[in-house]
Amino acid sequence: MKKFNILKGIPANLPMINVDTDMIIPKQFLKTIKRTGLGESLFFEMRYDNSGKKIDKFILNNEPYNNSSILLTGKNFGCGSSREHAPWALLDFGIKCIISSSFADIFYNNCFKNGMLPIILSEKKIEELIQYSERKESIEINLEEQRISFGNKIINFEIDPFKKKCLLNGLDDIALSLEKSEKISFYENETKKNKPWLN
Amino acid sequence: MPYTLYDKIWNEHIVHQQDDETALLYVDRHLIHEVTSPQAFEGLRLSKRKVRRPDLTLAVADHNVPTINRSKGIKDKDSKIQVETLEKNCQEFGVRIFNLQDKRQGIVHIIGPEQGFTQPGTVIVCGDSHTATHGAFGSLAFGIGTSEVEHVLATQTLIQKKSKNFRVKVVGKLLLGVTAKDVILQTIGIIGTAGGTGMVIEYAGPVIESLSVEQRMTICNMSIEAGARAGLIAPDEKTIQYLKNKPMSPKNENWEKAIENWSRLKSDPGAKFDQELEIDGKDIGPMVTWGTSPQDVVSINGFVPDPEKERDEDKKASMNRSLSYMGLKPNTKMIDIKVDKIFIGSCTNGRIGDLREAAKIIKGRKVAQHVGAMVVPGSGLVKQQAEQEGIDKVFKEAGFEWREPGCSMCLAMNADKLKPEERCASTSNRNFEGRQGRGGRTHLLSPAMAAAAAIEGHLTDVRKFCN
Repeated sequence: MKKFNILKGIPANLPMINVDTDMIIPKQFLKTIKRTGLGESLFFEMRYDNSGKKIDKFILNNEPYNNSSILLTGKNFGCGSSREHAPWALLDFGIKCIISSSFADIFYNNCFKNGMLPIILSEKKIEELIQYSERKESIEINLEEQRISFGNKIINFEIDPFKKKCLLNGLDDIALSLEKSEKISFYENETKKNKPWLN
Repeated sequence: MPYTLYDKIWNEHIVHQQDDETALLYVDRHLIHEVTSPQAFEGLRLSKRKVRRPDLTLAVADHNVPTINRSKGIKDKDSKIQVETLEKNCQEFGVRIFNLQDKRQGIVHIIGPEQGFTQPGTVIVCGDSHTATHGAFGSLAFGIGTSEVEHVLATQTLIQKKSKNFRVKVVGKLLLGVTAKDVILQTIGIIGTAGGTGMVIEYAGPVIESLSVEQRMTICNMSIEAGARAGLIAPDEKTIQYLKNKPMSPKNENWEKAIENWSRLKSDPGAKFDQELEIDGKDIGPMVTWGTSPQDVVSINGFVPDPEKERDEDKKASMNRSLSYMGLKPNTKMIDIKVDKIFIGSCTNGRIGDLREAAKIIKGRKVAQHVGAMVVPGSGLVKQQAEQEGIDKVFKEAGFEWREPGCSMCLAMNADKLKPEERCASTSNRNFEGRQGRGGRTHLLSPAMAAAAAIEGHLTDVRKFCN
């Protein structure tokens, strides 16, 4: 997994609540057996019209937001299906950080597995960032310091320490868990004795 | 200290407690399907890892499979590759799979219980958000992403943070024509699509106890639509009777040991819940959704809401967007909404009990002329059972199409989908924009309500048909 430390980019504002994973990447694109290549189809139905032409008023279709690496959006982002294709599509488009006042559970976890940082902030703080985003200027996200800098302002954010460590070091959590193989074997042997019907 | 059912299952599955509130949790049962597993197997191959416990893993293709002309194979090239990739991966890594020709094939959340693979007190995961379905057996069951699928394949564990406890008690009795689907739609309507975020919901109370195991699955299934990590119902005698003699259920001496253990799976008196909600059964009517989020519910006697009356600007904007997508005007009577399509099926309502419920309404009647209606049984075994009971004939004679099992038009990954602006009364679980096909309009409801809508050609109160 790629390390995440400092990210500089122009934030794009998608002012919608309850953006679901079907909106982020519709099902016709779930037929892939790869993790890459989904960026073109990100937000497909909002981004393209029926003839496949890009819809001008959609934020990510416009300069400079078509190169945004940070997305500002409404609460409960990523609700619905567990498809990891949703963070894959965002990442493939170039978005590495999503800022919202809340995220759906599975989507939130899926981001971290792909070196992406979802940040939870109060709506008031997000509003400040939204206003700033209209300037089309870069902001900086520093994970180590848990800090967002924009203009001469700073907003701090909270993050789970284990998730932070994994992102900063690009850790493969499967490798970390495999280091506990002995404990897993011990658990399995105990279960064999105590719950023999499970094997 | 009194524990909740969730606390108990959690505590029994900790392999290693880490310092930072997360734990390495053991996974007893892992279900996989063709859409969210290929990248996980690819990851194993790249890092030269094996599947740790193929014996605890069960695979089936369901999301992409055709529901007609199955003997001719899969026409869509990408779907075909995905299904074949699953078969190849299972062969390479030694995982059991029910292939398309197997009568046990079906929707992953229907076959797990049907086979007795799903058992009380276990941790069950699957790369699908509706894994919560299995919680109806008193198992901690939740959906995971593909990276986590890979993690489970490699280690048979997951790194998890404990959720909070939320209890939804449904007291009293359900009225005539009101089903499990209406209970869960009403619950989501009250708490909202993010109301259960970071929580595990335990459903309890006399109404839940009175439901069959299949109906309980409908309730737990849609826990994710309330944002919850999982839904849970304590196992009881009905659960035990359901699992008895299922192919993968414990046998003989192990069966006795298992049911002894399962009897302890309930929240202790005085156990602490972080949040509680009580709903009276008599306050629940037949429900239907009007918008593009499962929380957009109203009783069938209600009206399409008016955004002008909403004070919260975000909500107002979202309502306006929904109504425009749905092609509905505020204050329209729900029963005046005409439908073009009926879909009965999915992991929410594709079990034999659901088909029986719908067939009772359909029997001796005809589908309205302008309506296209289909039934997609949840599994090959559900289909077989229905055919033995003559339920297929009831549907076919009324004008329904009778299909092969799969997820079908619940998410429209296969050929079964709505055309733009087509309106569907659907027993599935999501009414998101484009869910059943680009521009398609979905109204979620119970199988009985879908059957009634099929006959009348518009949304209607099923109680008219109940004697």
